[in-house]
Amino acid sequence: MEQVLANGLYLGAQYALIALGLTLIFALMNVLNFAHGQLYVLGGFVTYTIYGQLEMPFVAALFAAAVTLALVGGLMERFLFRTVLKRSVREESTMLLAAGTAFFLDAIILLIFGEKQRGVPKIVDGVFNWDFRLIMPYDRILIGFLAIFAIAAFVLYMQYSKTGRALRALAQDRVAAQLMGVNVDRYSMIGFALGAMLAGVVGGLLVTITGVNSGIGGPISIKAFMMVMIGGAGVISGAIAGGFILGMLESVGLSVLHSYGDITYLMIFASLMVFLSIRPQGLMGKPWG
Amino acid sequence: MTRTTKIVGVGAVLAILLVGIPALINISGRWDLYYTLTSVALLSIASGGVWLTFYIGRINIGQGAYALMGGYVSAILVVKYGVSFWLTLPIAGLFCGAVSVLIGIPILRLRGVYFAMITLVLTEVARLSMLALPITNGAKGITNIPLPGAVEVFGLTLIPDFATLSNAKPAFYYLSIVLMILCFAGLYRLVNSRLGKLCRSLQQNEELASSIGVNIAYLRVVAYVISSFLGGIGGATFAAISQSVYPSSFTIADSINFMLNCFLGGLGYVFGPMLGTLVLYFGWDLLFQTGEFQLLIFSTVLIALILALPNGLLSLRFSKAGKESVGRE
Repeated sequence: MEQVLANGLYLGAQYALIALGLTLIFALMNVLNFAHGQLYVLGGFVTYTIYGQLEMPFVAALFAAAVTLALVGGLMERFLFRTVLKRSVREESTMLLAAGTAFFLDAIILLIFGEKQRGVPKIVDGVFNWDFRLIMPYDRILIGFLAIFAIAAFVLYMQYSKTGRALRALAQDRVAAQLMGVNVDRYSMIGFALGAMLAGVVGGLLVTITGVNSGIGGPISIKAFMMVMIGGAGVISGAIAGGFILGMLESVGLSVLHSYGDITYLMIFASLMVFLSIRPQGLMGKPWG
Repeated sequence: MTRTTKIVGVGAVLAILLVGIPALINISGRWDLYYTLTSVALLSIASGGVWLTFYIGRINIGQGAYALMGGYVSAILVVKYGVSFWLTLPIAGLFCGAVSVLIGIPILRLRGVYFAMITLVLTEVARLSMLALPITNGAKGITNIPLPGAVEVFGLTLIPDFATLSNAKPAFYYLSIVLMILCFAGLYRLVNSRLGKLCRSLQQNEELASSIGVNIAYLRVVAYVISSFLGGIGGATFAAISQSVYPSSFTIADSINFMLNCFLGGLGYVFGPMLGTLVLYFGWDLLFQTGEFQLLIFSTVLIALILALPNGLLSLRFSKAGKESVGRE
């Protein structure tokens, strides 16, 4: 049981970090970013190139992934989403754009990095073993703690920095924020970049454990959507809760339902549908987000 | 547009679809186009369903679930119980409609992104259920579905047995084109009826509609049921044409494509999904020669299109209805 819980916590920390980026973008622009999983994959590949191939330190690779993704996110907002949001009659048109961007990133990733599964050398060796009740490789523990550290840093940043305050104001009420002198265009771009950066950082962290391949973007996006829905779209605490809940459900489900065959995900998805029809706004969301 | 020009226009479109295109294919010898056009017709039926849910203001990314369900219902009935395909086609549609009542009543209370995401999850639930249920044969799917049989009334053959035809492709083309015409004629009629106007009121403001006495809960379910019915019909015919159905026949990617078809054609136009499906499907096919750059070019064009025409291709139209879209087919 300890093993299952520890696995759940470790998964949950990663998931929460992915969901944070998605929910931030959603809160700011009301855009459902289909390309979020692709941003994650891109982060993984940047880390793989710099740490795995050029053999530079892991921290440098992670930093490079963060910067690259922030840049990509900023450009996406500036040149794609902003234009469409301004011009279209129905704001759902951004969904088409997001899906198109997801295809585009998929194509780019496939062309540059190929279709092979890529892995990198472990960052630390050894396995933590507590009496055979809890076995966890040290690198997983380290990555888990790094993820939790990143979540904490993000929350503090949103809570206490000037940028964070502006972003939260923007998420609450766009017009009111503008009236208070927040530069809406600039902070939308920063927010989008920040969201993309978070996806890139998780990609960079997880490439050391699960590796990365060009096909996992879509499934990651769907998982991120689920976490955001569990917690409530556009709510930061909700995304964190959703991430940990999904991590736990997966970990517990895979061990408990193991004997019934491969039905863990069916159960998770089905119960999510029931949950959402009872509580449409998720755990902490505003009604009709 | 006057009544006569309308009738002439519709007649011309029907003639092109039913006589012109088969004749052209016969002359040019491009028999493969039959398959492409059949697929376009069927996919546009399913997209038409998605379009109807857009019409009541809901983003539906769950049509793949109903298409898959329809395919399996028809396939299981044909293979395991020996029912005629022609009977299973409406049964598949009605089954999907019935299921969508049960699913729709709770989830249609959701709006915006929440509805979009829960329907996305629904697609995944359908795929995983088809993998897990005992009757669906798991990942191996159902293969070797027999071709549709003959329909005879008092010894008069209305539809010949597809298996006895030397080439079943034109037969399937006619089948799916007729289905598509029926589907879009129905949608056109629906949108221009009292029900259609009520649906439009839902799209604009549900509270306001409800306050002046529109039964919004009932209307939403009706629209969703029609949408799922169309999805089921499309899926069932698709299973009959490919003579097989797998859990991966309709996945999240397909659900997203159905939605993209509607967006691309334009959400404000009944014939939008038809045009969108045609452009997306043919565009993808044409780019096949570019090899590894296929997806890159496709997505770049898609992004450019949405940047230039954020309200869909039909927002380019010059006259009133979307007749040109049908003409271009």
